[in-house]
Amino acid sequence: MMERRDFVRRLLADRGDLLVVCGLGSPTYDAAAAGDHPLNLYLWGAMGGAAMIGLGLALARPDRRVAVLTGDGEALMGLGSLATIGVKQPANLAIVVLDNQHYGETGMQPSHTRDGIDLVAIARACKFGEARAISDIAEAGAIRDLLHAGRGPILVQARIESGDTPRVLPNRDGHAIKQRFIAALNAAG
Amino acid sequence: MDDRTSSLSWPDAIYAQIRRVGIRQVGYVPDAGHARLIELCVADPDIHDVVLTTEEEGVALAAGAALGGQRAALLMQSSGVGNCINMFSLMRNCGFPCVILVTMRGEFGEFNPWQVPMGSITEASLKLAGFLTYRVENPADVEDIVGAGCDMAFSGDLQVAVLLSQRLIGRKIWTK
Repeated sequence: MMERRDFVRRLLADRGDLLVVCGLGSPTYDAAAAGDHPLNLYLWGAMGGAAMIGLGLALARPDRRVAVLTGDGEALMGLGSLATIGVKQPANLAIVVLDNQHYGETGMQPSHTRDGIDLVAIARACKFGEARAISDIAEAGAIRDLLHAGRGPILVQARIESGDTPRVLPNRDGHAIKQRFIAALNAAG
Repeated sequence: MDDRTSSLSWPDAIYAQIRRVGIRQVGYVPDAGHARLIELCVADPDIHDVVLTTEEEGVALAAGAALGGQRAALLMQSSGVGNCINMFSLMRNCGFPCVILVTMRGEFGEFNPWQVPMGSITEASLKLAGFLTYRVENPADVEDIVGAGCDMAFSGDLQVAVLLSQRLIGRKIWTK
């Protein structure tokens, strides 16, 4: 089992021009804790939509790599989008589910993954060419490389500890987050 | 032929506006009313057609498209609007342009009462969610209204829905 901040820090190391969509709650805080970046789209709501934002972005920018960093509860709310992504087969899209088997924002109630619902099997059934679960921090570097060079669609279920982590709060102004992202993407070409 | 486009069927008139404003992603759940327009989009190599499992996926898709610099449109039935409500907060909070073309059910001559509860609150729901709504009854108005709606959405980062009335759809497709 991995410590979430440690894992996300390794995942986003030397991120280059990676575009990152962060699901609401802890994944947004984890990404901010790893280092605020204009190419992070922090979500504070729109639960269940992170993967589809990733798809729209991946289709619009096939020349760039897109990573969706989200939680098990958020991913479960948008399960249908895995089927939609499987149909489109975006080669530049990866989804990393930070799976602590709980709903952290609402008081650590258990999620479906706690009862063995298997996101990796679901992703495979949805034609994700690469779908794997990891729980050893020694594999974090390989997953980081997968985000940058693997053939999508990719889903990684990252088993993380369910312990309390201090919140690291990025900007909450949606317009500012969006405009900063678009400006950085345009500047990079 | 001094006004060629006005002789187009309404789905073709919408497609002409999709081309004119450069929409590159179209998300939809299969729908009889939109069948012709969906066919046109699927056949267009410049358009990513994205078939969805539920309409709210399309709202998030449109946000991602805008983030990446592409324009998107969503095609749905009035029942689909109900599936989108919370996801609409994404568009409003971030100011993403959003164009939704809604085929209305549950109104003029509807045979299925199960379509009525959502159909009767579709326009009010969209307004509550922050959308500008424009209703089209006459086929001759489709091009103008869809075009104007697209221009407002994309030039002002606004959320716009065009409601294609059941009477319009019925006249053009079901009674042909």
